[in-house]
Amino acid sequence: MMRWLLLFFGGALLGGIVHLATVIIMPSTATQDAYLRLARIASVNTVTALPAPTPENATMPFMDPAFASAVCRYDLTQGPLKLTVPVSLAYTSVSFYTRYDVAYYAINDRAAGRRVIELDLMTTEQHNQLPEEEDVTAADRLIVESPTVTGLIAIRALAPEPGLVPMAQTAVAAARCQRPDEQKPSR
Amino acid sequence: MRLLLGSLFALAVAAIVGLGMTYFALTHGAAFSGLSIGSWIALPKTGTLDADPYARATFARSGQLPIALGDGVSFTAHIDDSGKLLDGRCDVELSGITPAARFWTLTLYNPDGELVANTVSRYGFTSQEIARRADGSFDIAVAPRANAGNWLPTGGVERYALVLRLYDTAVGVSTKASREVPMPAISTRSCP
Repeated sequence: MMRWLLLFFGGALLGGIVHLATVIIMPSTATQDAYLRLARIASVNTVTALPAPTPENATMPFMDPAFASAVCRYDLTQGPLKLTVPVSLAYTSVSFYTRYDVAYYAINDRAAGRRVIELDLMTTEQHNQLPEEEDVTAADRLIVESPTVTGLIAIRALAPEPGLVPMAQTAVAAARCQRPDEQKPSR
Repeated sequence: MRLLLGSLFALAVAAIVGLGMTYFALTHGAAFSGLSIGSWIALPKTGTLDADPYARATFARSGQLPIALGDGVSFTAHIDDSGKLLDGRCDVELSGITPAARFWTLTLYNPDGELVANTVSRYGFTSQEIARRADGSFDIAVAPRANAGNWLPTGGVERYALVLRLYDTAVGVSTKASREVPMPAISTRSCP
């Protein structure tokens, strides 16, 4: 009897370790997480508009139906990315997520303080390799460091009332994420 | 033989206890450092790099993207203020005010995070769509049948969750007391 009780407690203790281990490896083994759901519809380093969620069909659970949204699934192995998002009339936000769907940075139109949110996204290594003078001269340049090489950028614009949905959709559709050298020189 | 049987027993206990606890934690929502005000629960830390392993695993399993803290904070309610589970066949009233934020949205989801189909295709409200009293407070009727005023249809589903998202707000990780964050009260008025 004593022996079985001991085995039971030994097993329960081992169960605790199993529990912690499964919780920790869960994100890397999940097959239905937001990144993989979006990987099916969004190609790399381009902005893809997401359809508005409906009761029958939603890209992800718990999406806010009052927002028009788009994602940029990024891969920084080839170099940094430049993100430009024109702000809409009501509220526009840009959120950055790692490969495992952890939010590491977000900015909204008011914090950006301009008509267009402009950001450079790079890994810490790429930021360190940046020529120093370039870093200084572009003092107003916003640089975001990504903790992972791949990840997601969620671009969202609020439609405060149903009539403003087209306005919000136009705003997110005009967002761009691309390698700086692919850009046409504007100045 | 006894040794083999014994180890198999211990391993079986380990598997049941370990996987059972993981399943329970990820489906019933276990997270540290929550902010609970009335029936509303917010986990501002899950929108940062400090998100704990339970929150990370929960999001990986459900497939949702957490709202980033620099964007906003999301409050969820599954129960009314008396602790009763929200029932889509009952008339539920939300009343009061919300914390300071540039915008907020209120959305009704089924427990899986899907919008609930209804005859008027209304899934929620934004702060600009709400009819308020002179003092800024409001009432929202969450009910299966049409109501005068702010009506949020439940579609008659058995269980649902209300999610109130505050955008561009000072509410966050350092928010402690409900005094700083006045959330609307949730009360069940009548049930068939």
